[in-house]
Amino acid sequence: MSLLSVEDLSVTYGAHRALHNVNLSVEPGEIVTIVGPNGSGKTSLFKAIIGSAEPSSGKVRLKPNLRVGYVPQRLHIDPTLPITVDRFMRLAARVGRGEAARALEAAGVPDVSGQQMSQLSGGQFQRVLLARALIGAPELLLLDEATQGLDQPGSAAFYRQIEAVRRETGCAILMISHELHVVMSASDRVVCLNGHICCEGTPAVVASAPEYRALFGTGTGGALALYRHDHDHDHDHDHEHGHDHTGSREAAE
Amino acid sequence: MLDDFMVRATLAGVGVAFAAAPLGCFVVWRRMAYFGDATAHAAMLGVALSLALQISIFAGAVAVALAMALTVTLLAGRGYAMDTLLGVLAHSALAFGLVAVSFLSGIRIDLMAYLFGDILAVSRGDLLVIWGGATVVVALIAWRWAALLTATLNEELAYASGLDPRREQLILTLSLAITVAVAIKVVGVLLIAALLIIPAAAARSLARTPEAMAVIAAVIGALSAITGLRAAYLFDTPAGPSIVCVAAVLFAGLSLLGWRSGKA
Repeated sequence: MSLLSVEDLSVTYGAHRALHNVNLSVEPGEIVTIVGPNGSGKTSLFKAIIGSAEPSSGKVRLKPNLRVGYVPQRLHIDPTLPITVDRFMRLAARVGRGEAARALEAAGVPDVSGQQMSQLSGGQFQRVLLARALIGAPELLLLDEATQGLDQPGSAAFYRQIEAVRRETGCAILMISHELHVVMSASDRVVCLNGHICCEGTPAVVASAPEYRALFGTGTGGALALYRHDHDHDHDHDHEHGHDHTGSREAAE
Repeated sequence: MLDDFMVRATLAGVGVAFAAAPLGCFVVWRRMAYFGDATAHAAMLGVALSLALQISIFAGAVAVALAMALTVTLLAGRGYAMDTLLGVLAHSALAFGLVAVSFLSGIRIDLMAYLFGDILAVSRGDLLVIWGGATVVVALIAWRWAALLTATLNEELAYASGLDPRREQLILTLSLAITVAVAIKVVGVLLIAALLIIPAAAARSLARTPEAMAVIAAVIGALSAITGLRAAYLFDTPAGPSIVCVAAVLFAGLSLLGWRSGKA
């Protein structure tokens, strides 16, 4: 069965509709990436999945006893809060030193456990967050813009790490990303979100979909050229659900 | 031994320091310093109400401090910034409290005792309340420690770990109300926030883990209480402020040491 299935989900904040009628499922072992402009409801979708936002209608179903690992978007640790990597890793219920050390190794940062969280570089910090999520051998890993603040080589390396994690543990991965080019190469399936699901499919299919082009344009850099191929359909037609895909909806973030 | 007012005062100061230390760490980490201040100011209204209704000052102060904290939590994010809301509620409560006290004819009360505390007048009953309150606060925080810490680090992380950050926030708010209420006698409503924040801030440069910071803050707080009272006795200075002064000097000294060793 699916690890996660989102059924006809809508999320509203007051009068603002952040998400409507979203259907999504994640199968064991696959990497699914959600892309979408600012205000497209990506974060709301994640919040509904981890339970910090109430759906106004629809459901989020998790496989019973699903082990979920979560890597937050950005973690600001106040400079007044002293905490070592090891302590941070073992914050959750009864995690042994050995287990923490193994997770750090799997995330590519085996030697940082004695350091203060505040002394880590951006890349190390994100890997520690990944390591923390790996504790308890999750079946599903959720990553919310996990590479924000990393430079391009940094985030490419981070995504390679994610792929390595999937290869070694077989866990499924659902992530939100801005970095279209990297995402496109690392994902099995891409879901393009803008309040609802505009289009989804393999990276190649999504990259050439007119809805995707309407959101991100065709000039998103050379990396996408990989997926550019001849189409027999028209990019400029009005699609049936006639709303403005390019308008941004800031409040949803 | 408890017959000596200095012994009772010292025990009262140490009791408050123990409750204030771990709570103060969260106040510092979560940037709630102004929240602590506001809760304390609002407690003045509680003092006035309990005098009028002839109930215990502790109960009145806890009730009003808690009511204020809950109101702020409910109103937050509805058009006013948090600090504006806190400013409006806290100072209004303080002003209403002071005005209400003036209506209480027949009872002559020493307002200064509530504004600045009167630690030298601590009775055995007060000691019981202070240590009882401190035990409750320390127990609450110890019980929820990992959850509180996770929620402090990141709300989404807390949700993903199956915790409800709002509940953790409520536990902190409740602890804050209790601490404020038990500390009124010791340092008064104007200086309670100092007892929360200064020892925790002073402990920062010495600590490598959150737990160590809480323990060191408790030691610094207790040391401040003992030394401050001794100094107040020797130099005939007001007791509550003297305790805060010692804590401030410790903070300054430790911060300088921290900067010199490049850790802070």
